[in-house]
Amino acid sequence: MGSQVVHALKELTVDITHGEFVAIMGPSGSGKSTCMHVLGCLDTPTSGEYQLDGEDVSRLGRDDLARIRRHKVGFVFQAFNLMAGATAQANVELPLLYSGEPRVERAEKAARALDAVGLADRRHHLPTQLSGGEMQRVAIARAIVNDPGIVLADEPTGALDSVTGGEIMALLDDLNGRGMTVILVTHERDVARYARRVLTFRDGRLITDEAQGRAGDAVTVNAPESGPSLE
Amino acid sequence: MTFSDCLLSAAASLRSNKLRTALTTLGIIIGVAAVIAMVGVGKGAERRIDEAIQGLGENVLFVRNGTSVSGGVRGGSNSKVSLTKADAAAIERQASAIAIAAPTVRTTGQVVSGNSNWFTTVYGVGDAYLRARDWTIGEGRTFNPQEERAAAKVAIIGETIVEQLLPGQNPIGNIIRIERIPFRVIGVTRPKGESSWGRDHDDVVFVPISTAKSRMNVGERFRGRFVRDITVKARSADLLDAAEEQVMEVLRQRHRIRPGQPDDFYVRNIAQYLEARAKSERTMSMLLAAVAGISLIVGGIGIMNIMLVSVTERTREIGLRMAVGATGRDILLQFVAEAVAVSLIGGLVGVILGFGGSLAAAGIAGWPVITSPFSAVVAMGFAALVGVFFGYYPALKASRLDPIEALRHE
Repeated sequence: MGSQVVHALKELTVDITHGEFVAIMGPSGSGKSTCMHVLGCLDTPTSGEYQLDGEDVSRLGRDDLARIRRHKVGFVFQAFNLMAGATAQANVELPLLYSGEPRVERAEKAARALDAVGLADRRHHLPTQLSGGEMQRVAIARAIVNDPGIVLADEPTGALDSVTGGEIMALLDDLNGRGMTVILVTHERDVARYARRVLTFRDGRLITDEAQGRAGDAVTVNAPESGPSLE
Repeated sequence: MTFSDCLLSAAASLRSNKLRTALTTLGIIIGVAAVIAMVGVGKGAERRIDEAIQGLGENVLFVRNGTSVSGGVRGGSNSKVSLTKADAAAIERQASAIAIAAPTVRTTGQVVSGNSNWFTTVYGVGDAYLRARDWTIGEGRTFNPQEERAAAKVAIIGETIVEQLLPGQNPIGNIIRIERIPFRVIGVTRPKGESSWGRDHDDVVFVPISTAKSRMNVGERFRGRFVRDITVKARSADLLDAAEEQVMEVLRQRHRIRPGQPDDFYVRNIAQYLEARAKSERTMSMLLAAVAGISLIVGGIGIMNIMLVSVTERTREIGLRMAVGATGRDILLQFVAEAVAVSLIGGLVGVILGFGGSLAAAGIAGWPVITSPFSAVVAMGFAALVGVFFGYYPALKASRLDPIEALRHE
């Protein structure tokens, strides 16, 4: 696996290496959402460069970005964003629909992903028949079903009570433990606590970049682009 | 995203809002059903007139006896008998535009064979008449000149007479009695079927004109040299008008009618009249089908309207689909597929309703209606086209959404 290198947001240089658990914090308007959009290939920087797995994706068009999102990025949203008329299984299969998996494999992969988030017995439930925590688990299953390098979670606990939120964070931590890069956007300290590295933004600038919890992760701020990699 | 995935996905989202889907399809249903029914009724009317023309025989004019006027009281057709067998012969001889001029008389009577009997029309004619009216002999043969001259008691009968009097038998050589006079059946005409207003062309008996005049009751006025009418066949459709003029010329001369005096006969060009009617009915049904087509377009606008609402409502869903990797083309295809699915469902139901309505019209109002699979295919194709056309703009709008904005949409 190559390194994931970011140059973004007002004279900002950040390297995030594969397998990290990063929290992006800051008040609204601080640039954390834009940062997440660029990291998730939903947006491209107007100047500068974003290298994902060693590939410069900052000049790609809409459709090329969409194709990269299919394979490399999974999104988890505050409001879950599940399709109301579709079962948990169908919701999780959605990304596979666009990556062109055959029907049988779609079903298998979605079942495995639902199993991984502990919802094997809820496959045929509609979102309305699920609790908030369960809905977010379905969303997480959808994010990981294509086995992407990065999971981007935008306020994943914002719509949940603290106990359920804790469970969701534990699940994300577990995914990170299995090697997935997790990038979390939040404004809650308690939630950011799960990450091992916290980036704090204010007014479009990165103001702090702190490691927390277990050490050993490489961190560089305002440094030249080539960061250390885990290979 | 494969084509079948696209359709499944479209079906899923259509199912999620059944009432709206049903109401949207309604416009297409009505449009397609109306087109199918109008085309069916139009074709039926055309066929009816075609059949009527065929029943008449091609390029046929009828010359009838004129009207008597006595003290200002007009006597109706045939009240003044003036046409003769010699007139017919003269027309055939002198008029270049005319192939056949065949004199006829007519009577009605009871026809009996064994235990069966049947009331029918008996025509006194010659072989020329059968040729003029496009009657062909199915079994047996036509009259020969000897029989026509000698007032032979031979008959050519229609299919219906065979069914009524001689079912399951070979009619040729059988003896039937017409008003107690025995006739030998020498031929059976090929069926012409029923005219659309219910007259059975095949319920008919032909005997030689000489036989009818000498042995049967054809009416006091038609004894001797006079005949009921003369059936004229022009050499071609183009010559019908010329034929009509030539008939007038010959008859006025033979009947010594001075210029300015009224004719003592009528010439009827029924085919021309029927064709004019066919033309006006065709125009009418085209107009109706055009109106129905317009309602199909209105239905398409309904689809567009609902699709635009749907794109706005589902903005977040579109954003999500893009976030998980849908390209603009994927979104475009999905929404076009939805619009086409709506219009095809509407088209299918409309075809069924249109056929049902046509059959109901045929059954209840007695209109002849012709439904063809071709019009169903055309209507479905047009419905699909409407779906693509009116679904494309909303789909394009959806495909151009910015995923970030779309995901934020409330």
